[in-house]
Amino acid sequence: MIPAPLAGALACVVIWFVLGGFSLVPAAGASFARRAAFPLGALAGLALAAFGLRAIWEPAASATLLLGLPGMPFHVRLDPLAGFFLFLLGAVSTAISISAAGYFRGETPGRLALIGLQYFVFLASMALVILADDAYLFMVAWETMALASYFLVTTDHQQSAIRGAGFLYLLIAHLGALAILLCFGILHGGRGDYTFAALSSAHLTPQWATVAFLLAFFGFGAKAGMIPLHAWLPEAHPAAPSPVSALMSGVMIKTAIYGMVRVIYDLIGGVRWEWGVIVLVIAAGTTLFGVLYALMQHDLKRLLAYHSVENIGIILLGLGMSMVFIGFGHPMAGALGLIAALYHTLNHAVFKGLLFLGAGSILHARGLRDLNDMGGLIRTMPKTALYFLVGALAISALPPLNGFVSEWLTFQVALQAPILGHSVVRSILPLFAATLALAGALTAMCFVKVYGIAFLGQPREPRHPVRDPHAHSGGDVGPMEQFGMAWLAAGCVVLGVFPVAMLTVLNRVAASLTGTGLSTDALASGWLWLVPTTPAQASYSPVIFLVVIVGVVLLTALLVHRFYHGRVRRSDPWDCGFPEQTPRMQDTADAFGQPIRHVFGPIYLMKRSLPGPDDASPRFVLKIEDRHWYWIYLPIARLADFVSARVALLQQGRISFYLLYSFLTLIALLVFVA
Amino acid sequence: MTQAPTIAFQIFQSILVVLAAPLLMGWVNQCRAWLQNRSAPSILLPYYTLAKLFHKDAVIAEHASPLFRLTPYILFGCMWLAGGIVPVLATALPFAPAADIIALVAVFALARVFAALAAMDIGTSFGGLGARREMLIGFLAEPAMLMTLFTAAFISGSTQLTTIVDVLAHRQFVIQPSLAFAAVAFLMVLLAENARIPIDNPTTHLELTMVHEAMILEYSARHLALIEWGAAIKLFAYMTIGFALFAPWGIATAGDWAGLPLAIAALVAKLAVAGAGLALIETVSAKFRLFRAPEFLSTAFLLAVLGMLTHFLLRT
Amino acid sequence: MGTSLAGQMVNLLAAFLLLVAFAMLSQRRVLSLVRLFAWQGAALAASTLLVAYSTGQNHLYYSAALAVALKVILIPWVLHRLIDRLDVRWDIETPINIPTTMLVGIALVIFAFALATPISEMSSTITRGTLGIALACVLLSFLMMIVRRKAIPQVIGFLAMENGLFFAATSATHGMPLVVELGVALDVLVGTFIFGIFFFHIREQFDSLDIRHMEKLKED
Repeated sequence: MIPAPLAGALACVVIWFVLGGFSLVPAAGASFARRAAFPLGALAGLALAAFGLRAIWEPAASATLLLGLPGMPFHVRLDPLAGFFLFLLGAVSTAISISAAGYFRGETPGRLALIGLQYFVFLASMALVILADDAYLFMVAWETMALASYFLVTTDHQQSAIRGAGFLYLLIAHLGALAILLCFGILHGGRGDYTFAALSSAHLTPQWATVAFLLAFFGFGAKAGMIPLHAWLPEAHPAAPSPVSALMSGVMIKTAIYGMVRVIYDLIGGVRWEWGVIVLVIAAGTTLFGVLYALMQHDLKRLLAYHSVENIGIILLGLGMSMVFIGFGHPMAGALGLIAALYHTLNHAVFKGLLFLGAGSILHARGLRDLNDMGGLIRTMPKTALYFLVGALAISALPPLNGFVSEWLTFQVALQAPILGHSVVRSILPLFAATLALAGALTAMCFVKVYGIAFLGQPREPRHPVRDPHAHSGGDVGPMEQFGMAWLAAGCVVLGVFPVAMLTVLNRVAASLTGTGLSTDALASGWLWLVPTTPAQASYSPVIFLVVIVGVVLLTALLVHRFYHGRVRRSDPWDCGFPEQTPRMQDTADAFGQPIRHVFGPIYLMKRSLPGPDDASPRFVLKIEDRHWYWIYLPIARLADFVSARVALLQQGRISFYLLYSFLTLIALLVFVA
Repeated sequence: MTQAPTIAFQIFQSILVVLAAPLLMGWVNQCRAWLQNRSAPSILLPYYTLAKLFHKDAVIAEHASPLFRLTPYILFGCMWLAGGIVPVLATALPFAPAADIIALVAVFALARVFAALAAMDIGTSFGGLGARREMLIGFLAEPAMLMTLFTAAFISGSTQLTTIVDVLAHRQFVIQPSLAFAAVAFLMVLLAENARIPIDNPTTHLELTMVHEAMILEYSARHLALIEWGAAIKLFAYMTIGFALFAPWGIATAGDWAGLPLAIAALVAKLAVAGAGLALIETVSAKFRLFRAPEFLSTAFLLAVLGMLTHFLLRT
Repeated sequence: MGTSLAGQMVNLLAAFLLLVAFAMLSQRRVLSLVRLFAWQGAALAASTLLVAYSTGQNHLYYSAALAVALKVILIPWVLHRLIDRLDVRWDIETPINIPTTMLVGIALVIFAFALATPISEMSSTITRGTLGIALACVLLSFLMMIVRRKAIPQVIGFLAMENGLFFAATSATHGMPLVVELGVALDVLVGTFIFGIFFFHIREQFDSLDIRHMEKLKED
């Protein structure tokens, strides 16, 4: 009999498929999707999270389904790693589904039916990717996921920019899928069947193992959005409706991290430190690239998408360090690195989901997505402002929220560098810690910009409002969307304040992959103290931290009001002797990023056009583009154009030519066979 | 960990830091006045200023959000917290294990983010300008500080300030060249983070050149007092971090009341010298153009990284 | 040497040498460059003295005295005079993007240490740290010569490179024969004078010491 967590998880997948199917039934469709489908989907997500969490504490369970090709049935399995990712998927998708119930309320029935179908198929396929136990089911689920998300991205397919973004996404997703398929092919080696158990027992030479690693790394990296395969991410994520953006940035790119860990640690095995160095170098580049380009954006959703690129980099930094440590034979430090990476995976899912939902709320309630059109939203949307602040502080890695915990753990991994034997690797590991520190500080700057421009200050005059018929101009968003954000904000706080609970969970996951977990010292220090190695080496107690900081702030306020007074007079802001202050004189998003543009000038590809001195209507235009386009993508596109132009010569239009081709092929084959 | 004497020590130190910080500010101002051939103000002037500000009515812009009113308390609280983490008089404080050096840097970052947000809250042009500049300085100063602390962490094998100080103060005499790099980087960060010349001028009245002052233009009375006091505590905390890393002599262990007089005497002496040194630096150097600041700080960052490298490389 | 006090002092001086090399990379003022160069010479002399004392090789005392005379006093003085005569005292040059240069410098340091590791394993007297730093100083000075646009900073880069070699010779391998060192010192001195003469000629020709003008000399 199938054990309870696995059966439950499969049931959730089935429920999602059924919900997706029901949304399409015309009679029930629209009102069903509107009223019941999304809340039910959220409940299924909650159940999935519970089953996932349960599975972490139980031995791995597997089952063979009665589906699939004859002689090639689907296999599923639920082990601690899969359980952790199911927990992530379920917990985050719960909030997003509830929020989606509010967000899609005003859609027309036709669109809603399609969105419902795609949305739930997307969720179910992500769960199947995680549950799959053979390469065949994995690839089927992986491609279903890509297609479902492609259709969701192109929901507004009337706009050509969105169609372009969708095409780019599909293209890179398929390149990645091809690499993954080849990796499975190498692991399979023409022997046995395609179950993961068979693949992991393959004996590869170091060269072939490295080839398999590179294929898996870049194949999954394409989905995760690491450079240089990131180009689709900042195009596709903002193009989708906001709950879908939240799902893609929060959860979907995490399935790529899942795939990477599964294939590299579990299937290929025998992790080498050289692989870790490759991962680290790409990760450092991804991290800095993501945050530097995020600082240049003024479209809120695009900015958040670039931050997803950055955070994938941070996750990969942890993963890369873990691989270096394992490669040098320090599995305990390797486990710590894996824990840091997985913790950040979860944290990023939570706070990035929250931030995308927040951006969706602004879009939904005000019809704004350009930061330069916003301003002063804290006064009209106080709840959204509060939740967004939590997300912004969390992504900026500020204590006592969750982003800080995982970056703290990643720093602790880097600080284990002295145990390494190789002198050069030992001394470059701290450089990656420096990269992380720099990226963290830049992220803080970016979110001061976002929050300061969008929520604080004075309302600006919108110049690029998005024509959203459902945008109502006053007040906050509805209770469903608020609930979604509140759920994730609570997640940011809980994961930040009680990290030890999550650490023990992750320790089991890491132990199942690396063979050892953390030291006993680390686990024996109680729920209050987060200790990665030994208490003398490092410890952090977010609970005490939180209590003290809240206590100190309250005490200060109390003392000041007790000994002095709490009198307040309201007046106009101080105008520095210049009386004509208007909201247009506030900082804009582009102006806020100007110092960074100045300091990191050579990194950006800037196209500037300055108005002439006698211009009647002067306009200053600044476009910032991604250098990768010109270095990698466009040359490849031109090459493809060139090759296809040559191939097109075959196309003559006359049937006899085509017959001739077939005839020649036949002759050639016959010669070859003979 | 729940011994009464160490907790008493913790409370004593926290109160001492808060009360003594304006005195340090007064001392620096006095030294600077002497060096610049001006007649010096009383060393107690910062206290008078704070008392005056607390008595006044707060004036707040009409559309200020709650964030604006909350921020001074958060700033003050963060700085106070930092003063409680750093081993000023004694190591092995009961609160120390709750927050290590990374958390310490993050506390400063938290304060910075809130200060910048509050500056943007009113929506005046100078507020935004100040916030932008402050974050520009912060994004380099923060990692530089972290790398400086990491150098010490690698030497002592721990990120706990208590352990670091213990290792550095009580080990056999070993010269650590990497600490020389770290010390230079730390000094640069200290100047930048505390809004000192050559990065920022704490006494300026010219809005266009302001960084820190531009952010707090909208604050008055008790809010301003808390921010100014917080800034004084920040300077105090930074200096004591410097002592902990580079001159940890004479520090006591929590609960050891006998060592306290010596620790206080050592602290006063070190602060007197460091304050005079700071005044000297501020007197002999000129303020940089704003865009020289990133260069200055990236030099600090790279020096700190180099310090870390030399630690690994010179270890035979 | 190892953990003895003298060994530690040499390590400290080596770190100081590296610090000065980086300071030179990031310095814009010509006069400050000369001062840094003098400091580097002083650190070099001190480390030579230490090695002489700790290993008891008497000829190294002469080397130290030579270093003080030449690198702390004579060459800086000559450079000062040159700068005064050529009136480039307030020359501020803008080397390409200092942080980027320093990043390249850090990469060079790692490279130098990676190179020094196998060499130091072959010999018992060479310590990896000091040899690595000596190598790094040579590479950094080379980098400085590449990124500078004016002639005097380039010459200082050249002289600093010789400092790195000198450090490698004394501290890392406990000295070359005195004759060789004397010869090298003489060469450097002569080199400095020849450079000085060239500067005047370059200036007469182009009215500037900006070496970008030399690009005009090529035949098209």
